[in-house]
Formats: sequence, C-alpha cells, structure tokens
Amino acid sequence: MNLDAKIPAGNLADKWDKHRFESKLVNPANKRKYTVLVVGSGLAGGSAAASLAELGYNVTCLCIQDSPRRAHSIAAQGGINAAKNYQNDGDSVSRLFYDTIKGGDFRSREANVYRLAQVSNNIIDQCAAQGIPFAREYGGQLANRSFGGAQVSRTFYARGQTGQQLLLGAYSSLSRQIKLGKVTMIPRREMLDLVVEDGHARGVISRNLVTGEIERHAAHAVVLATGGYGNVFYLSTNAMASNVTAAFRAYKRGACFANPCYVQIHPTCIPVHGDYQSKLTLMSESLRNDGRVWVPKHRGDSRSPEQIPEAERDYYLENKYPSFGNLVPRDVASRNAKIQCDLGKGVGETGLAVYLDFAEAIQRDGQETIMRKYGNLFQMYEKITDRDPITSPMTIYPAVHYTMGGLWVDYNLMSNIPGLFVLGEANFSDHGANRLGASALMQGLADGYFVLPSTIATYLGQCSFDPVTATGEGFAEADDAAKKRLDKLIGLNGKRTVDDFHKELGRLLWDNCGMARNAEGLQRALAKIPELREEFWQNGLVSGTPNEFNQTLEKAGRVADFLEFGELMVRDALDRKESCGCHLREESQTDEHEALRNDAEYSYVSAWQYQGGKSPVLHKEPLSFENVELASRSYK
Amino acid sequence: MSSAITIDLILKIWRQQNIHARGALQTYTLNDISTDMSFLEMLDVLNDQLVLAGYDPVAFDHDCREGICGMCGAVVNGQPHGPETETTLCQLHMRHFKTGDTLVIEPFRARAFKLVKDLVVDRSAFDTIIQAGGYVSVNTGGAQDANSLPVSQKNAEEAMDAAACIGCGACVAACPNAAAMLFVSGKISQFALLPQGHPERRERALNMVKAMDEEGFGNCTNERECEVSCPKGLSIRNIARLNREFLKAAISLP
Ligand SMILES: Cc1cc2nc3c(=O)[nH]c(=O)nc-3n(C[C@H](O)[C@H](O)[C@H](O)COP(=O)(O)OP(=O)(O)OC[C@H]3O[C@@H](n4cnc5c(N)ncnc54)[C@H](O)[C@@H]3O)c2cc1C
Ligand code: FES
Repeated sequence: MNLDAKIPAGNLADKWDKHRFESKLVNPANKRKYTVLVVGSGLAGGSAAASLAELGYNVTCLCIQDSPRRAHSIAAQGGINAAKNYQNDGDSVSRLFYDTIKGGDFRSREANVYRLAQVSNNIIDQCAAQGIPFAREYGGQLANRSFGGAQVSRTFYARGQTGQQLLLGAYSSLSRQIKLGKVTMIPRREMLDLVVEDGHARGVISRNLVTGEIERHAAHAVVLATGGYGNVFYLSTNAMASNVTAAFRAYKRGACFANPCYVQIHPTCIPVHGDYQSKLTLMSESLRNDGRVWVPKHRGDSRSPEQIPEAERDYYLENKYPSFGNLVPRDVASRNAKIQCDLGKGVGETGLAVYLDFAEAIQRDGQETIMRKYGNLFQMYEKITDRDPITSPMTIYPAVHYTMGGLWVDYNLMSNIPGLFVLGEANFSDHGANRLGASALMQGLADGYFVLPSTIATYLGQCSFDPVTATGEGFAEADDAAKKRLDKLIGLNGKRTVDDFHKELGRLLWDNCGMARNAEGLQRALAKIPELREEFWQNGLVSGTPNEFNQTLEKAGRVADFLEFGELMVRDALDRKESCGCHLREESQTDEHEALRNDAEYSYVSAWQYQGGKSPVLHKEPLSFENVELASRSYK
Repeated sequence: MSSAITIDLILKIWRQQNIHARGALQTYTLNDISTDMSFLEMLDVLNDQLVLAGYDPVAFDHDCREGICGMCGAVVNGQPHGPETETTLCQLHMRHFKTGDTLVIEPFRARAFKLVKDLVVDRSAFDTIIQAGGYVSVNTGGAQDANSLPVSQKNAEEAMDAAACIGCGACVAACPNAAAMLFVSGKISQFALLPQGHPERRERALNMVKAMDEEGFGNCTNERECEVSCPKGLSIRNIARLNREFLKAAISLP
C-alpha cells in the first residue's frame, strides 16, 4: 500500500495557502446536497459539525454523552496556545512551529505542524468572538501564561477551565446550527462499526444507549472525532467513556493505525491511593509555572515536608535543567519523577509521589494572586486529598494522559479509506512522539474550525449528488456483525467482571508499555494479552439484556476492543527500538541515562494495517525535514 | 489520602427499569467502604457486588469524575449532589459520612427531566434552551483580532463566574418549583457582561426564557435552593441580571 501524505509542494510557509487555492470548491448551492456524518462532539467534532453546517452541508452528529456539551474536552484545564505574540516576547508562527516539532521529538510532519501554528491565531480570534470569557489583563487585553516546553508566554486561558469554555463555545455554535436545522444532533449513541462500500466510507452503525436499538447512518463522508485511547491503561486522566472502539473499528475496516505506542504520561497528577480507584485526576501543568518540584535529598526521609529544611531538599528539575527548570516538557518531568521514586526518594504513603510546592510563589505574589490563577485546581486537590496546597505542598505523580497515536491521515485529514476523515486526538497528525501542553485544544479546533471545512470539499467535490442510503450490502453486513457481537457479549456469564479484566490489562501496559520500555517486558506483554483476551471471552461477566440502558454491556464492548488494541500498541513499541518523545526505550540511552533517539533508522510514522486473523502489516511513512535541523532535544 | 478508615453503610436507592415501569427504593447494605473513595467509586463497589451476585447494577450517569462534565448527579438524603457545598457527586468523598449512616439516593426529579433508568434522567431540555439563543451568532472565519475588543478584567471575571455552569441540573432538582432560572441566568449573564454578546441580548433573553417555559420548568419564587445546591457556586445575582435583561427586552421590542 502506498501511504501518500499529499503534502503540497512549495515553501513551508506557503503550502497551506497554495493548497487551499488549488483545492476544489463545492458550489454553495450544491453543499446542501451532501450529508456529512460527524462522530464525536468534542472540540474537534463540535467545531467541525458547526463549521460544516455554517457552510451549508447537512450534518449529522453523534456522541456518547447525553449532551454534546459533555465531551471529554470539557476537562482540559490549562489553556490553548497561539502565536499571537501579544506579549512581545519574541513569539511567531515559526517559533510555535519549531517548539511543537521539537517538542514532538521530530516525529511529526513539518507541513502539518506549520499549518497548525498558522491557524492558531484564527482560533483565538474565533473563540473571543464567540464570547468565551478568556482571562484578561487590567487594560482589557487577553492574558497569557507560560506552559511546559516553551520560553515564551503564548497560552490563552479561562481560569482553570479552558477546555470547558472552548467546548461550550463550540457547543454554542453547534446549538445554533441545530436550531437552524442544519445539524441533526443524536446524543447517547455509540458507534459500533464503520460501513465501507465500494472502498469508500459510507456511514456507521450505532447503538442507541437508551433503548439498545442498532441504527444505521449513511453519509457522503464520515468524520471521526472520537478522542484518544488513554483508557486502555484503565487508570488515566481520561473520562470514563473515552474509548478506542470507534477508531479501532475503522482500523478493522482497513484504516491504518499510526504510532499506537505514542502515549503521553502527564507529570502532575494526584497520586494513586487505592485499588478501588476508577480514574486519575490531573493537576494542570500550568501549576508548574509557580510550583517548584522537589523530593527530600535523602532516601527514606519520612519527615513531613514542612520539617525538611531547604538544604535537605532536592529541586531536581531546577538543578538538572537550569534553563527550563520546572517547565521542562512533560516526558522529561514524568521520567525524572519516576527516577526519583525509583531511587527511594518518593514521598507520601506509597512512596510514589513528589512534591509540588507553592510556598515561594505565595510569598512572592501573595495568596490572592495565586488563588486567582489556580483557585479551582487547589480546591479540586483539596476535595480529593483533604489537604490544602496553600499550607502544605501538593503531592504529584505521573499518569497516562494523552495519546499522540491515532488513525493515519494525510494532509487533508483523510485516512487511507476515501471519505473517512479523522480529527482531534483520534488522529495521529501533529504532535509526533510527544505533545506540548496547551496544544491539543489548539489542534482539535484547528482541525474542526479551519482545516476540515476546507479540505473536505476536495473529496465531496468528486462525489455524486445522489442521496445516500443505508440499505446496501455494507450496511447489512456491518449491522449484522454488530448485533452478533452484542449477543456474544451479553452471553458472557463467567466469574470475572469486565472492570477486573480492564484493570489487569491496564497494569500490564503500565508496567511494560509505559514511560520506560524494553524488549523483554514488551515480549512478555505480547504473550500475555492474548491469554487475557481469551479468558475475557470465556470467563467474563455481563449482566442485563441488549435491548435496554445497559452500562455493563457498553463497558464490555469497549474493553473487548482495548484487549485487542493493547496488543497493537505493544507490537508498535517493540518495533520502535529507539527512545523518543514520551518514551525511554531502555536499550537506547546515553551514558547519562538520557533518552537516545535514532534518526537514521526510525524517522518514520508507523502505520499498521489490519490483516484479519494474521499479524498486522507495518507500513512506514518516511519523515523528511527540510526546514528544521534534527537537534537532539536538550532542556538543560 | 492519609487514612485507611472504612465505614459500613445502608443505602436506599431508587430503582426503576425505565420510564414506563414503576420505581421504588431498594435497600442495600455495603460494608468496608474506604473513606478515601468518591461517592461514585462507592457505587462502583456496590455494582460489582450486584453483578457478581447476578443482579442488575444501579444505572447512574457519570463521565469525567472530576466535577466538570456535569454528567453525574443524584439526590442524596434530600440534597442534590449530597451534603458538601460546591461539590458534584463524583467529587464527594466518603470521608463525609460515618459508619451506620443511611443514604437515600434518588434521581434528579423535575417535570422537564424525564427518567431514563434508576438514577439517570434526560436533561435534553437544557440543550433546547441553549439552542434558543445561548450563543453569539458568529460564523467560523469572520472574527476580528481577538484583542480589538477590550473587556475589563472585572467583567471578564464575572462572565467567567457565570459561565462556570456545568449544566448538571442540580439547581432544577433543588428548586421546589423545578425552575431552571439559575441555569438560564448563567448563560444570559455571561453574554450580558461581554461586548460580544450585546448585539443579540434582547432576542437572547426573550427566546431563552420562552424555551425555558415551553420545556416545562417552573417559575422562580426566590427560594434560593438553586444557589445552595450549585456545585460551581453560581450566584443568584445572575437571576437578578436575567430578570433585568428580560424586562428590558420585553419593554423595548415591538
Ligand atoms: C484532564 C485533562 C486536561 C487536559 N488539559 C489540556 C490543556 O490544558 N490543553 C490542551 O491543549 N489539551 C489538554 N488536554 C487534552 C485535550 O483535552 C484533548 O486532547 C482534546 O480535548 C480532545 O478533543 P477531541 O475533540 O479530539 O475528543 P473528545 O473531547 O474526547 O471528544 C470525543 C467525542 O467523541 C465521542 N465518542 C467517542 N467514542 C465514540 C463512539 N464510539 N461513538 C460515538 N461517539 C463517540 C464522545 O462522545 C465525544 O463527544 C487535557 C486532557 C485531559 C484528560
Ligand atoms: S462525572 Fe463529570 S461532573 Fe461528575
């Protein structure tokens, strides 16, 4: 198979402009003859559905939650990047581009990332115009904060609820189009399969989560904006319904899955505290602007933090990386926290935590200022842990947070299945092997507001105007397969709960396919996962019937897919024998135990193609860099 | 985080198969619950036990489990989201209860919220209200530079306070009239405080209030229960602002 990324020729800075000029347009009068199905109503799906409808297309939008306003994007706290240079601190499109590509450890496409930096400014304009209450300076101008991996202040924010406000902005635009009749919004639906007819994406099969009914949705083009798969680890900062099902079903229908092993582990989460725990809570990394990370200098020091004098504290990030200090990128911060804990210097009950201390910032700026910046985060921390970060330092530990991998897409955000577009966290496109803070919101909105509305026209321009129907062979087959699978799941009458399998899978992946990996551990996981899957289908337990509101059944379907997908992740990790981005491949490190990237052999995107019962085939899309030098990342 | 304390509880939970079936409170005893658990984790433990014993687990809505998506919610001993102020059910921790406590757990009840199953209700009436005018009519691509419209920091902060609503419906469940005034006033206030919202403020106030009435929400009689129950601390000052916006709109349009 030839994976053509369709990167436009020409200067990096002119590619997007030139591409739009050379792309087909759909005549305004003809737009209403096309139906586009958008799966997902997060930042990516919500913004795409609204923008496509504004252009005149007929849009149908599905989401799992009871309202599009509740997509997981709502949980993003810290902020969104843009190259506005409002602070006059030397920012530019080129710098945002460079920071993002360097942050991704040179494993993303130059052209995609440059376009992202270019449209970043339009996003802020659009969101301000929607009435999003961004933080402001006294003079009324927009305020910025700094974020990990950047030395300029380019992050826009709305208190600690940036994702919420941006999503509600997209939701309000979507609501306007629903009212105008241009979008048919169908909540409480789960996509169970993709329908491909004559080699083109033609629609999806979904389950009505209230009645259990299996439904068919046909369209001229299908857009997946279904978010990331971090929940494969069981414990993550993702919302409970976040899943890989939609993307994985597309993979099984022929779409290539790119870089599944690229997973980001976020450095500032509330540490794990018990077996019953169902999710991990992120403390926004913006906290690292003012918080100082430290551990006791001596291992096993069990004094409370206040009792440990300055001289006996190790501010290990500031010491090791003087120019970035506490603002080193996420992978560096996460890995170093793990190293400190492995050295026995971890704190808290489990020893799996480090301190994040605000004492100095409070002394410098006053409690009021700090509370204005982080009030809701402090409140959240206190609710969970019963401790006040004003009076004693927070404890934090890394947790699975974001997945850079996703369905493979070309420059137009179209997968290798014609007519199937993939946006937001569900695609692999812009963050390489590591995503910088405040860049996911930017990417989701770039994809949905600005990129897709332009690129989809090229595809639709070649489609016939004939109305689409859901009566073809492809629909019948997928509909039948979905029903059979549900019957099989509901028939599971063993002794272990679905969650129990999910926990075991998560543990296996966290231990062997997390921040640090090696061939031995990965081989172990590769042998174990099929056994676990086998046991799931023998001994799993699902209650109720398929024809009702049945959350156990929903969960079982998602876990069944995670059990297959986990194996693909491990395969991908095995293939990549270099350290890069978020991961340390233990066989590939420098003498100082820093990650060692291998550009000569691994400068490619791994795109996996499903082969039925056989092992998947790996296709490599080579990455070429014409505008940046492949520096080894150094934040010292 | 610190304690390894466990408690034993008696739960009385509303069980109802669907909107057509009859519902009733069912009693369960649940032992050895860690006080570090969240309320929803406690329900997870109950559900695990029910499933393993061959019973139907309790249906409840949830997603983010960190107090921001607005998906979770139930009435615990008469209070939406339970006894703690400014706390969603998912953020409520079991350390606020003690051994031997009886917890009566019921869905958010209101005429405009139809029951789906057990503790799950249909809150799509909120979406309908937003569709009636909870937006600025700006198409993608037409925006001017974001800094060309300055907004005073005070207004931006107050707009953010109002915009913090998570649409959970606790205000409606708390109100003896099942009014949605706090919810509606949050959106109206956000846009009344920001210049971007001004061109459409009249239509917005009229249309959203009309939609609210049509969806079957009750009238506000200043009970203030909404404010007390709001997990995001929305103030009823927003309702005063809504009333002003509505009144101005009502007398100034033809
Ligand atoms: C706690 C937290 C904080 C974060 N903070 C930041 C931050 O400060 N800055 C930043 O840039 N990024 C941040 N991120 C990352 C960012 O929030 C996400 O990457 C981004 O919001 C994903 O948006 P999305 O639109 O791609 O997907 P989502 O918002 O996850 O939306 C997915 C949508 O797809 C639907 N869906 C999923 N599966 C199916 C299915 N099978 N059938 C039907 N519908 C389906 C869902 O219902 C939902 O509507 C954060 C992430 C987390 C977890
Ligand atoms: S589950 Fe999201 S607010 Fe409670």
